Amino acid sequence: MREESGKSQPPRDSKSSITLWTRVLLSLDLASGSRNTKILAYAVGVLFFLIIVFVPPVFGILLGWSKIFEVVWYPDLLGRAASAILASFTIAVTVSLIDLAAGLPLAWFIVRSRSTWASTIDTLANIPFIVPTVALGYSVLTFWGGTQGISSLLGPEFVFSPGWQMIVLLHFAFSYPVIVRVMVGALEGYKEVYETAARTLGASAFTAVRTVSMPLLKPALIAAFLLAFARSLSETGATVMVAGAFENGPVFIRNARLAGLESPLLFVSFVLIIASSFFFVGIRIFAPKARLPISAVRPKLEKRSSSRAAGNLRNLITFFIFALFVIIPSLFVVFPSVGAISDGTLQAAVAGTGIWSTYWQSVGLSYSIALAATALNIVAGLPVSVLIARRRGGIVVSGVFDTLVNIPIVVPSIALGVSIGMFWGGLTQIPEFWLLVFAHSSITYTYFVRSMVASIESIPTEVEDVARTLGGKPLTVFRRLTMPLSKYALLAGAIMAFTRSVDETGATLAVAKKLTTAPVLMVDWVRGTVPASSSAIGLGLGILVLTSFVSLLVLTVATRRM
Amino acid sequence: MTLLPSIRLIDVSKTFGRIKAIHNVSLQIADGEYVCVLGPTGSGKTTLLRLIAGLTYPTSGSIELDGKPVTFVQPEDRNAAYVPQQYALFPHMTVRENVAFGPLARGFTPEESLRTADEMLKLVRLSHRAASFPHELSGGMQQRIALARGLAGRSPLLLLDEPLGAIDARLRVILRYQLRRLAKDLGVTVVHVTHDQQEAMSIADRIAVLREGAIEQFDHPADIYGAPTSPFLANFVGGANFLEGTVVRKELDVTLIEVAEGFSVTSSGNAHPLGGAVVASFRQERTSILTSASLEENLVPGKLVSTSLLGVFLRCVVDLGRIGEIVAKVPLREALQQRLPDRVGDVIFVRAGREAVLVFSRPERALAVELEAF
Repeated sequence: MREESGKSQPPRDSKSSITLWTRVLLSLDLASGSRNTKILAYAVGVLFFLIIVFVPPVFGILLGWSKIFEVVWYPDLLGRAASAILASFTIAVTVSLIDLAAGLPLAWFIVRSRSTWASTIDTLANIPFIVPTVALGYSVLTFWGGTQGISSLLGPEFVFSPGWQMIVLLHFAFSYPVIVRVMVGALEGYKEVYETAARTLGASAFTAVRTVSMPLLKPALIAAFLLAFARSLSETGATVMVAGAFENGPVFIRNARLAGLESPLLFVSFVLIIASSFFFVGIRIFAPKARLPISAVRPKLEKRSSSRAAGNLRNLITFFIFALFVIIPSLFVVFPSVGAISDGTLQAAVAGTGIWSTYWQSVGLSYSIALAATALNIVAGLPVSVLIARRRGGIVVSGVFDTLVNIPIVVPSIALGVSIGMFWGGLTQIPEFWLLVFAHSSITYTYFVRSMVASIESIPTEVEDVARTLGGKPLTVFRRLTMPLSKYALLAGAIMAFTRSVDETGATLAVAKKLTTAPVLMVDWVRGTVPASSSAIGLGLGILVLTSFVSLLVLTVATRRM
Repeated sequence: MTLLPSIRLIDVSKTFGRIKAIHNVSLQIADGEYVCVLGPTGSGKTTLLRLIAGLTYPTSGSIELDGKPVTFVQPEDRNAAYVPQQYALFPHMTVRENVAFGPLARGFTPEESLRTADEMLKLVRLSHRAASFPHELSGGMQQRIALARGLAGRSPLLLLDEPLGAIDARLRVILRYQLRRLAKDLGVTVVHVTHDQQEAMSIADRIAVLREGAIEQFDHPADIYGAPTSPFLANFVGGANFLEGTVVRKELDVTLIEVAEGFSVTSSGNAHPLGGAVVASFRQERTSILTSASLEENLVPGKLVSTSLLGVFLRCVVDLGRIGEIVAKVPLREALQQRLPDRVGDVIFVRAGREAVLVFSRPERALAVELEAF
């Protein structure tokens, strides 16, 4: 990070301490005072956002306009496409609502209980974040559907076959930590004094939460719902693993692509892009206006719901759901990878023979793409973050960007990929590697920018104002104040973008013609497109889990150091 | 020292959309002067300060610092150090690094910058906290650090936004005198924004009273107190009683104002025309209470409604019947001699000498609205 090195001053004891690097920084600082330099920086950020992040995924699809509606001549395909789209939305809404109901009590426990277990639960709730979704998909598949999983406990008749039930179980597991994270954050920032006031006015704990806290926490509830919804709508790789013959939108697009059916593929992508964008913008506009119904209070009933016994029962149910539906299915992938150590798979993997040579290639490719996409997003995302957080373009322009920036995570990534493929498809001279980098930039851009915007907004503008009046040039202020104060967000945003890129399946499936990234390869292994033993699959996924875990560990250690 | 005015605002206006934050303000502040900008919340004080600092630009008008036009000059090129309300100390830097920021940003070497920082810390007597982080310090210490940081860049101009607002009442009184002495010792020009009229009265060379984005009066504290130019000013600075009435008689140096049927108030001066609608005003602390009638002018009987203790004054509310209620602040010793606290409910007499009565033309809007200080 260039910005970081600017922070360390030249050695204080040496007299002629102005190094070349300092001189470069100083002249850059000086240049930043001019209007043109500022305009240039913002222009680079905005152009990158438009040309790479926003326009190709959203409007590229229009290049296939002539083919999109050919599907109407094939009623059976049209019917399949329509029910796949409907399934996507039904599952996303249902799963997000169930997640909200099941995740909120856990967040509540983490923040409010003074139990020593709270921080342990908090850590456990992050596990599904660490496990890449393709690994999670295989984990869910083997836990709910394998002979070693739930059926070994409850009997062989208790086994799920791949299909929509398993998709729901999978999506529940990976959306759950999103809800818990958002709600824990919101509850930590929530002033309990409102609840206390309600209690002293005669409300039971349950009534106080229902009538006072919940309405006040509504923005967080909406945010949590939208994030869970977006993840469920977008997830492709793991969903393909557990879908069996069932199709939701992304699975349909993948199947259509494998079958070479271009028109239905474009049609579904088009509808998903439009529908999800409208759904998102609609919720953003209308949900904050809707009031949560308070209606009459039933003091006795609500008092009983506030009792210690009721609370314990609620916690018990919450922990049970959390363990059975989230934690155990997430970690189940560990077992086959442990088996791989003893049966010779590990040696084959280390030697890189057979299927493992493509495996290592694809892992290398995944990490190169993720690195390039993250680097691009940092350089081009910073000016846009400042633009949004500091309302540099005026309230309207910044507000528009603030909304547009979210679109890439709302639209299902495979549909984005199809659109990006259409957009860049005509330009054959761009290497496929860079097409994938652009696709991944587009999908992970939001994570980085959102993280930076939130952090910059939390720095009082006075801090920057004062520094300016004390003689700091705009870049000096950015280097010495804004960056050091948001370094955690920068690192967190970068790592989120990075891990999300490594994990990305949908867009890669849609864009790639010759190259195969690690998660795409894993889907092929699991679906049997490429023959692989179960311990090979376990090990392959285990390595991905490990690297993901290590990168998050690096984040934790690095932020503690800074 | 130079004779040029340090700060000059010429017909400056600033609008935010439809809101007029600053309205045709012209102001000249001399080099080394300590000026308080006094006004109720929302009167545009902070905007005025930000305009001078260059953190926002005027919609019209121009600004000069040290004789040079700077209307659209960037803040870092103005040499006017801004100290915002909550100080905005940089949380990730030590006290010493905070103070050294200005010199460093202006291109001094790290050694020079830190040396300056140490000098400034000595000046505000916080050298022993140089290695602390801002959040480890009390509010009063933070305020002094913010001041040291503002002074460290050798800016000739210090812009303070409610510098004592976050400090508890007792310490605030002590710190305000230190603030002024420091500024005078260093010879810097200070614009100090506050909503506390006592604070402004006690330390300013001159006070600019701001109301709804416009300057109501810019004068020495004694003149603002003694000769306010509007009922608003009389009320906002010091507090006063107001009676609406009509000029019924004018003589060489006396004006008689009828404030209720059968009641007239005598005032010195004769600036207002016969029959003019006016407001007669007299300060609460220049209103005295007598326990028996006498033949003096401006003496009205009334009923003592309540009393409350205000330090060296006893605050008395008196019902004057048709004239309405007025407030008198009576020196405590005098009040106790008159046994006023025991006389609540009794009939007493209220008096304000003619030289204490100020007369203003009746404001366009209702008097109650005119007097509102928010």
